[in-house]
Amino acid sequence: MTQPKAADKVAASQRYKAGVLRYVQMGYWQPDYQPLDTDLIALFRITPQPGVDPEEAAAAVAGESSTATWTVVWTDRLTACELYRAKAYRVDPVPNTGPGTKTEQQYFAWIAYDLDLFEEGSIANLTASIIGNVFGFKAVKALRLEDMRIPVAYLKTFQGPATGIVVERERLDKFGRPLLGATTKPKLGLSGRNYGRVVYEALKGGLDFVKDDENINSQPFMGWRDRYLYCMEAVNRASAATGEVKGHYLNVTAGTMEEMYERAEFARELGSVIIMIDLVIGYTAIQSMAKWARRNDMILHLHRAGNSTYSRQKNHGMNFRVICKWMRMAGVDHIHAGTVVGKLEGDPLMIKGFYDTLRESHTPASLEHGLFFDQPWASLRKVMPVASGGIHAGQMHQLIHYLGEDVVLQFGGGTIGHPDGIQAGATANRVALEAMILARNEGRDYLQEGPQILKDAARWCAPLRAAIDTWGEVAFNYESTDTADFVPTPTLSA
Amino acid sequence: MMTNRGARLTQGQFSFLPDLTDEQITAQLQYALNRGWAIGIEYTDDPHPRNTYWEMYGNPMFDLRDPAGILKEINACRRIFARHYIRVTAFDSTRGWETPRMSYLVNRPANEPGFALVREERDGRAVRYTIRSYAADRPEGERY
Repeated sequence: MTQPKAADKVAASQRYKAGVLRYVQMGYWQPDYQPLDTDLIALFRITPQPGVDPEEAAAAVAGESSTATWTVVWTDRLTACELYRAKAYRVDPVPNTGPGTKTEQQYFAWIAYDLDLFEEGSIANLTASIIGNVFGFKAVKALRLEDMRIPVAYLKTFQGPATGIVVERERLDKFGRPLLGATTKPKLGLSGRNYGRVVYEALKGGLDFVKDDENINSQPFMGWRDRYLYCMEAVNRASAATGEVKGHYLNVTAGTMEEMYERAEFARELGSVIIMIDLVIGYTAIQSMAKWARRNDMILHLHRAGNSTYSRQKNHGMNFRVICKWMRMAGVDHIHAGTVVGKLEGDPLMIKGFYDTLRESHTPASLEHGLFFDQPWASLRKVMPVASGGIHAGQMHQLIHYLGEDVVLQFGGGTIGHPDGIQAGATANRVALEAMILARNEGRDYLQEGPQILKDAARWCAPLRAAIDTWGEVAFNYESTDTADFVPTPTLSA
Repeated sequence: MMTNRGARLTQGQFSFLPDLTDEQITAQLQYALNRGWAIGIEYTDDPHPRNTYWEMYGNPMFDLRDPAGILKEINACRRIFARHYIRVTAFDSTRGWETPRMSYLVNRPANEPGFALVREERDGRAVRYTIRSYAADRPEGERY
């Protein structure tokens, strides 16, 4: 291991004298450090307070996310403290920030952490360091965790997705096309009996999945047991009517783990193939449910409720790609990861970075997609991304182009709001999907010819015709806030 | 008779489209071959959604890389099993996949009676569901 050069400048007797030192003097800035293969590396975007130089800010972040406290402590000398200190080893100015731009000067700081700083298989322990105290630290005005390189040695201590894309498809017997879903609407207020009606119609019409929304748990208008019973009646009726495996994501989110396990057990007893949880239940609860799902042959869907509170603004919080990494380690099978063309935030290049992180066996560094590190995935299973929010059948060519085929496309309003009913809405989506996959596989330029391919299918499919007439022109054209620093792009218009 | 739209079994990638022509089937075969996948042909007269192991019409054709040759095999299978379901599956042996990557029907019986849903009522309003194919009441080979 490289000797810490910056710290060498201060003799040990001076270094550990009671008092306050700058973080660079305490050994947290080591520009010559060569990260080990077993180191975890974090990339932060730092906006230093005025008068704080970038190296000191980076060293402070390294210090506060590992061993440092505000003052020198002699008890460091009882430990192998140089090993446990995180080491900031590189600082670069962020392009298009600083004087002459609209944004204060920001810096990317690379910080390496020794493997022994983290407990095996614990996202909670990892995050308590990396996004713990440090985000409130005064010496930085704003701080954002942009990316992480997780060493293979650490990845191997995690279960990973309970099911994964390969096994999910084998269980469902569905290959070579995106899966289709919808969220039951209105999301609040339906009784169990009325709710199951929506599920039945959508599945019989051609969808693979229907979904509880994130805030459907067990409210006065519909208790969870009623919802599960009616939904499973709907799922099984639709399966018999079509000869296909169907599913409904039963949300097991609740106030305590005991209640979540109780709900998950009931879903299993009723024969559901999939359950769902919300991101807001917390990392430990997510890992617990992932272990339960692996033990019980259950697909585990994660709704990313809450993520935009910290992932959307570019100067502070954390990038969603880090959540993608943590959730693949924590062990979910599905995660909402953006649509490019829908109503929610999403720059196409950034979303490709999220999708690759979830689905690939190895993601090479790619700055234009926001991936700062080469990341081997150590055979952790693949997570199926879910595209949901303001998408419709008329965008099928764009969705397949940007998102590929290993994705769940969820058309909630685009199914339930169909002028000829829910079954017709589902059929329109399924026909549009199959026609587009057929054309893609035939080698046609389906992105350009997409509207024509849909029109041709609509000639023999009345529900698709009605869908295109209703939503053909709908688009959400707003600028994305979370964009690449290296290749600025506008949000795609539909 | 099935009551879903189209009144037909909707397993496979393209069951919501009109039956594929030989030309369309060939284009899909070519797509799989271009990716190095091996084509297998399978048939059954028990299309229960959880009947995984349809009968193989020979092993997957790992060494046959000509779509016209594969189409001949498909058509031979269709002649012999004209009233069965026949599906084409593309197997990917790449590490990290090692699983089917495509699967679509190329033949189905003229009359598809569909499935019954059998409910076994249990405690606390719970129901155990069983899906039963009407055709599968008769012995194998005499169903459609």
